[in-house]
Amino acid sequence: MNTRKRTAKIDLKQYGMLIALVAIIVLFTVLTGGKLIKPMNISNLIFQNSYVIILAIGMLLCILTGGNIDLACGSVVGLVGACAGTFIIENGWNVYLSIALCLLIGIAVGMWQGFWIAYVGIPPFICTLSGMLVFRGITLLILKGMTLAPFPAAYQQLSTGYIPDIVNEFSLGGTKLNLLCLLVGVLIAVGFCASQVIGYMNKQKKGYENQPILVMVIKMIVISAAVIWVFYLLARYRGIPTVLIILGILLVIYSFFTQKTVRGRHLYAIGGNMKAARLSGVKTKQMMFFAYTNMSFIAAIAGLVFAARLNSAAPTAGQSFEMDAIASCFIGGASAYGGTGTISGALIGALIMGVLNNGMSLLGLSSNLQQVVKGLVLLAAVAFDVISKNNLIQLPKLFKNKKSSATIESV
Amino acid sequence: MGNTILKMQNITKVFPGVKALDNVNIEVTEGEIHALCGENGAGKSTLMNVLSGIYPFGTYEGDVIYQGKVCRFKTIKDSEREGIVIIHQELALVPYLSIAENMFLGNEQATNGVINWDLTNQKAAEFMAMVGLNDSPSTLIKDIGMGKQQLVEIAKALAKNVKLLILDEPTSSLNESDARKLLDLLIEFKETKGITSIIISHKLNEISYCADKITVIRDGQSIETLVKGVDELSEERIIKGMVGREMTNRYPARQHNIGDVAMEVRNWTVYHPFYANRKVVDNVSINVRHGEVVGFAGLIGAGRTELAMSVFGHAYGTKISGELELNGQPVKLTSIPQAIEAGLAYVTEDRKGDGLILTNSIKHNTTMSRPAFISKRGIIDKDLEKLKAEEIRVKLGVKTPSVEQDVGNLSGGNQQKVLVGKWIFAEPDVLMMDEPTRGVDVGAKYDIYQIINDLVSQGKAVMMISSELPELLGMCDRIYVMNEGRLIAELDAKDASQEIIMSHIMQDSKGGIGA
Repeated sequence: MNTRKRTAKIDLKQYGMLIALVAIIVLFTVLTGGKLIKPMNISNLIFQNSYVIILAIGMLLCILTGGNIDLACGSVVGLVGACAGTFIIENGWNVYLSIALCLLIGIAVGMWQGFWIAYVGIPPFICTLSGMLVFRGITLLILKGMTLAPFPAAYQQLSTGYIPDIVNEFSLGGTKLNLLCLLVGVLIAVGFCASQVIGYMNKQKKGYENQPILVMVIKMIVISAAVIWVFYLLARYRGIPTVLIILGILLVIYSFFTQKTVRGRHLYAIGGNMKAARLSGVKTKQMMFFAYTNMSFIAAIAGLVFAARLNSAAPTAGQSFEMDAIASCFIGGASAYGGTGTISGALIGALIMGVLNNGMSLLGLSSNLQQVVKGLVLLAAVAFDVISKNNLIQLPKLFKNKKSSATIESV
Repeated sequence: MGNTILKMQNITKVFPGVKALDNVNIEVTEGEIHALCGENGAGKSTLMNVLSGIYPFGTYEGDVIYQGKVCRFKTIKDSEREGIVIIHQELALVPYLSIAENMFLGNEQATNGVINWDLTNQKAAEFMAMVGLNDSPSTLIKDIGMGKQQLVEIAKALAKNVKLLILDEPTSSLNESDARKLLDLLIEFKETKGITSIIISHKLNEISYCADKITVIRDGQSIETLVKGVDELSEERIIKGMVGREMTNRYPARQHNIGDVAMEVRNWTVYHPFYANRKVVDNVSINVRHGEVVGFAGLIGAGRTELAMSVFGHAYGTKISGELELNGQPVKLTSIPQAIEAGLAYVTEDRKGDGLILTNSIKHNTTMSRPAFISKRGIIDKDLEKLKAEEIRVKLGVKTPSVEQDVGNLSGGNQQKVLVGKWIFAEPDVLMMDEPTRGVDVGAKYDIYQIINDLVSQGKAVMMISSELPELLGMCDRIYVMNEGRLIAELDAKDASQEIIMSHIMQDSKGGIGA
């Protein structure tokens, strides 16, 4: 069947990285004797990587517009943290008002960069390099080189907090569990399955081409199982981290935006062929402006989360985060020339880096060595991308005899 | 006359889907100026690229015999070593390097990789004197005019010890006196240094002026060679050779059902986006009716593309002035989305560069021109999108199993159909099609003509810009002729012929260069 072969081909790159992620998880689980997937460590993984994942979401939109990156977002993380520290710790302002103000500052910073990039035509690399210096400098000026601490508990909740359980004590088979967390996990799984089934029935009703039932069922089982398992592990520790909710909301919104909206499609079009996009009626400058404004807005969120996690506003906060975000997108299959890449890919990329970091730390490897490994993984991922693109014709052949379900099964 | 310096025998060059050269023969005698004439796309430049090794030995059939030896050039370096130098229409000079640096680029005056600047500048000055350039060798290329840049190219060729100089449209961007100077220089080199030149030009008066022999190429075949003193070398004679192809039924018939004026453009003037004083469209007034195909003839640079693009929501040019009416209503379209909304479509001449996103699917490319048709409140209905894209694909006969296919994997003809389909999807009233059959094979051409006929039978208006005169004559109801930004003639297609159109253009160009 035509459709099946095609699915296998399209899925190859996405699932390729997913398989790599699973392989890395399995590898480190074995090497650390199971420490990696201990409930507490899963929780830690989420805390450690949340801000990189958040930044990667914003970075992906910039990269989509033509391989353009934002070097300034790490500095914006620092700047927003410094602002939050000044507002909340020094001035004692209301936490929520301060958060809103910080997000506005992020948007303003983004508009500044977007203006130069989109309307003046400064190459993004140069403009954001300037931003990197400028905003780091402003951060240092605001903090006068010192660290502000500590934040009030209400603010810390933003990052290191957990959603409180609905019942006081709940245990299953002798293990203490967070019931709310477990329920949310099940609900997400059920919701996912329901959306798949509804989508399938809608398509069937309108007579559109549909995915094979077997593929759908396997997809449902695998994803539901993975979700419930992760939430079960979380439930065994302290429940749902607040930051996971923020992450989840951002991932859903931006996935929807990139995959389902006209504006999202325009980002891909600009990256694919700027001139053709313009001649097709895409407001290219507006979209570039949006991508960079959004990036700094996202960086502001990451900055708030990170400051809460550190429980301080430090002048060096966010340094070189931009590199991790960029690497996540590229590892996750975004093209260095723009036009291809997905939010889920960026997530997978960030998780690969995160698990590598965490796993190597658990093994007691030095952070120096970790850098080397991370660098090589980035190179390998992009090399895989480039080589598979050059052999576009040969690669699908490898998968010709397997159904797309086979690819998923191997997950 | 001297010996034969170059003989190209039975040269055949095939591109995917197109036979660009078909058994071409040309013989050049040492110390002559040999002109190559032919319409756009006849294969002149392809032939010269074969000669200079841009298309390496083995990618074409036939023999290139230079100075009695069969050549096997793998790269342009190989041909330059033998003294064959090609100067392209678009000059290959680096704007921010000096004249001297450009002249010895790739041929540096160096010992052990260290450049001797004194020697470079001294030698540059020598060669510059030969071509009559008296600027300093350290002047940057960007600071001298097009005429002088052309001279730098020739000096560069001299520095490579040129024996056979090939010039592709050397005077296309020069004014009259610079052009004359250049031609005189070629004649001088021929007489004093015995340098052989091959010159490709559209300006037939220039060819008559300087050429000793003229080879006419048409549709990838060498038609005839005219020799000065033996044959008549008048412009009329050359034009006859260039366009005198036999006309078979290559154009599908259609019912002519012409309605009211769909688009009226009055006193339209457009300036170049970078050179603010250069008028690219000069006070042009045209109209297109419903159910009508209106052709635009002219040479490259006549301002046809610029006219269409500037009408299309000011997609090109600055200081655009003039009136635009759609269906009798005056409109002002200053952005592309506005133009699309108003029912205009511009099908670009450069499908890969400006038209399609090669890394995206047929589906995405098709719906890009009017996403509102497949979305509600900015949210795309992917199933509807697929359905609509599939409809268009079937309608246009794009040969591929699915709309999920990346456009980059399609043949030229199919890509062109996707490009046209993308604009049909937008449901325009007026389609401005720029070179709609460029680089597609005969079968796909016929399909595209059929599509155009379908469109006009639905009452759409089609503006067809083409450099292929037979195509314009075969498809259009009316033909406008443009030259150097001006509208110079409006012809009823029934009364028009290639000779008439060409002589309009030549007459007009001569007005510029003659005197």
